[in-house]
Amino acid sequence: MAAIAPQQADAGTAVAPPSAVSVEAVEKTFRLPHQRYSTLKERMLHPLAASSHDELHALRDVSFDVAPGEFFGIVGRNGSGKSTLLKCLAGIYRLDAGRIEVAGRVSPFIELGVGFHQELAARDNIILNGVMLGLTPRAARERVDRVIEFAELEDFTDLKLKNYSSGMQVRLAFSVMVQVDADILLIDEILAVGDAAFQQKCFDVFFRLRSEGKTIILVTHDMAAVERFCHRAVLLERGEVVALGEPGAVADRYLELNFSGTAPDDPERLGATRGGDGAGRVVDAWTEDADGVRQSAFAQGTRCTFRAEVRFEREVEAPDFAVAFVNAQRQNVFVAHTAHGGEDTGSFGPGDRAVFSVEFENSLAPGRYALSALITRRGSGDAVIDRLENVFTIVVTGARAAGGVVDLPHEMSVRRLSDGSA
Amino acid sequence: MSALPARRVVAGPSAFSGDLRRFVSLTVALAVMEFKTRYFGSALGYLWQLLRPLMLFGVLYVVFTKVVKFNAGVNYFPAVLLSSIVLYTFFADATTTALSSLLARENLVRKIQFPRVVIPLAAVLTSLFNLLTNLLAVAVFVVATGVKPTYLWFGFPLVVFVLVAFAVGCSLLLSALYVRFRDVQPVWEVILQLLFYASPVIYAIEVIHNQTARQVIMCNPIATLLQQSRHWLIDPSAPSASSAIGGTTRLLIPIGIAMVVGLLGVWVFRREAPRIAEEL
Repeated sequence: MAAIAPQQADAGTAVAPPSAVSVEAVEKTFRLPHQRYSTLKERMLHPLAASSHDELHALRDVSFDVAPGEFFGIVGRNGSGKSTLLKCLAGIYRLDAGRIEVAGRVSPFIELGVGFHQELAARDNIILNGVMLGLTPRAARERVDRVIEFAELEDFTDLKLKNYSSGMQVRLAFSVMVQVDADILLIDEILAVGDAAFQQKCFDVFFRLRSEGKTIILVTHDMAAVERFCHRAVLLERGEVVALGEPGAVADRYLELNFSGTAPDDPERLGATRGGDGAGRVVDAWTEDADGVRQSAFAQGTRCTFRAEVRFEREVEAPDFAVAFVNAQRQNVFVAHTAHGGEDTGSFGPGDRAVFSVEFENSLAPGRYALSALITRRGSGDAVIDRLENVFTIVVTGARAAGGVVDLPHEMSVRRLSDGSA
Repeated sequence: MSALPARRVVAGPSAFSGDLRRFVSLTVALAVMEFKTRYFGSALGYLWQLLRPLMLFGVLYVVFTKVVKFNAGVNYFPAVLLSSIVLYTFFADATTTALSSLLARENLVRKIQFPRVVIPLAAVLTSLFNLLTNLLAVAVFVVATGVKPTYLWFGFPLVVFVLVAFAVGCSLLLSALYVRFRDVQPVWEVILQLLFYASPVIYAIEVIHNQTARQVIMCNPIATLLQQSRHWLIDPSAPSASSAIGGTTRLLIPIGIAMVVGLLGVWVFRREAPRIAEEL
């Protein structure tokens, strides 16, 4: 990260590094009226109704800097505030608090082909769109040919836009965007358009813009694109910055949020279905990473440990402990059970405490797992002391999901056996 | 890396501020586009823009010179009628399209940053293009009916200018209000009808014998402008706006009304502009 954004690395020096975009403590709240009164009559009939509204806190205290020439990603789930942030950057929404500064001309591509008019020919639309994006009419006219060439629409220049296929319109719009040379580009979710060949062309353009030192801010869901293009990224969740920095780490965090559905330390613990005779109780259960820190998200291939703390209420001789990892398809993907080891777990009396630990190399496929804990009397598999289903869930993150239920450590090779042409 | 361009604060949308050049090119580009597309689907295309006032003129001409004859004795009544129709049609057209323009251009307002006033201004500008071509037809007609050119003709552009300014003021007020209150539209339609009959279009002001009624009518800024254009453009012997309202000082009433509406429009629009993208 430091190598990519040298200005950031100098932050310790007295002079603040010049950033292309600086966002400081930005707040944005939308008022959502419970019921919209948009006629005078309704307003007169309900004079007090206007005061009833919800507030949607779309951005809370968002701050970050983008260095000149940086390719910066904004990621987040639906409704996390990323598009609102982009619109604030573009000057379309007024901030409620905070400050945004930019150095240079900003071209927002909130949507491709803003202002395209279906009844006009491609040529007119290029000029119009170019003017919208900040070109002078003359500059826009000069660029028409280049735009059409880039969009590969030479044969259709005088066709009305409504006779274009949607793919052709997208190509045209993207080409206009590329030809508008702004210092800072704001791009919202446009990688998902166009056929494969054109997408490749878009990627080429991104690489070119990146190497030309343009500052680009890209809003996307596509983690592959983030890791491929971005120098850094920010992850928003409910309007707040939850991760900022190296794109790989931000992408992992994004997947984690996406799979867990709720915030990672959600106290949805120990609430699950419970059974058993109550001679012992699981009083706490958690998972830890290799450093012994409680976590509920683990990257694939890391070492993790499940622990359950048990308190006994009555005399129990050599109980067995088990934990099961259940995936979204309700399959027991991994079960650890002390009975299989055969060793004596000891005898416990009222008030005794014990911790059951399972340490393992995480080779689970990326996804979400529900954990169940079980304590039984030795030898009698059905004499359940305590059974807790869905104690809590963990999330396994990883970039390479090959499709299997587990991702066992493996080695691969391909060896040619014979040469057919010989 | 080259030197960084100057830093600026992103202030969010506003009514007027921004690069003047971009302001102008955006307004013109939008107006031209609207102008190009308005009559695209019809066989006669742009001719409709000329035919519409001419046909209205034809109907009113027949009714008010052949059927109802209270305008008998008015010099060059057809020329007065046509020029008044063209001016009034401009005002009605400009304000009606501007009224719903912010909503009609929602995709622009929500997607790019620019001075918001561009949108209603472009709507007025489109109507202005039409007015200018219509005025050519009026000029031809006026000359053909035997009106003698006088130096007073130089006053006519002033009438057009004030009319456009008044249309802009009304457009700002209406378009900003329409974002919040959709009933502005039917209300404005009624007011336009009222303004039509409260202006000397289908009648000459001197056929109103009741002095008070005449003076009340002349308080309407549109009436003032139409009367003055008749005096300057067509018939110098017709009463000017000041004599029709009964004294130059009284002209302050229509001028005052127009200025209040205009300033109110600017004030309301400025106030609403930052949040239009959210309110739409």
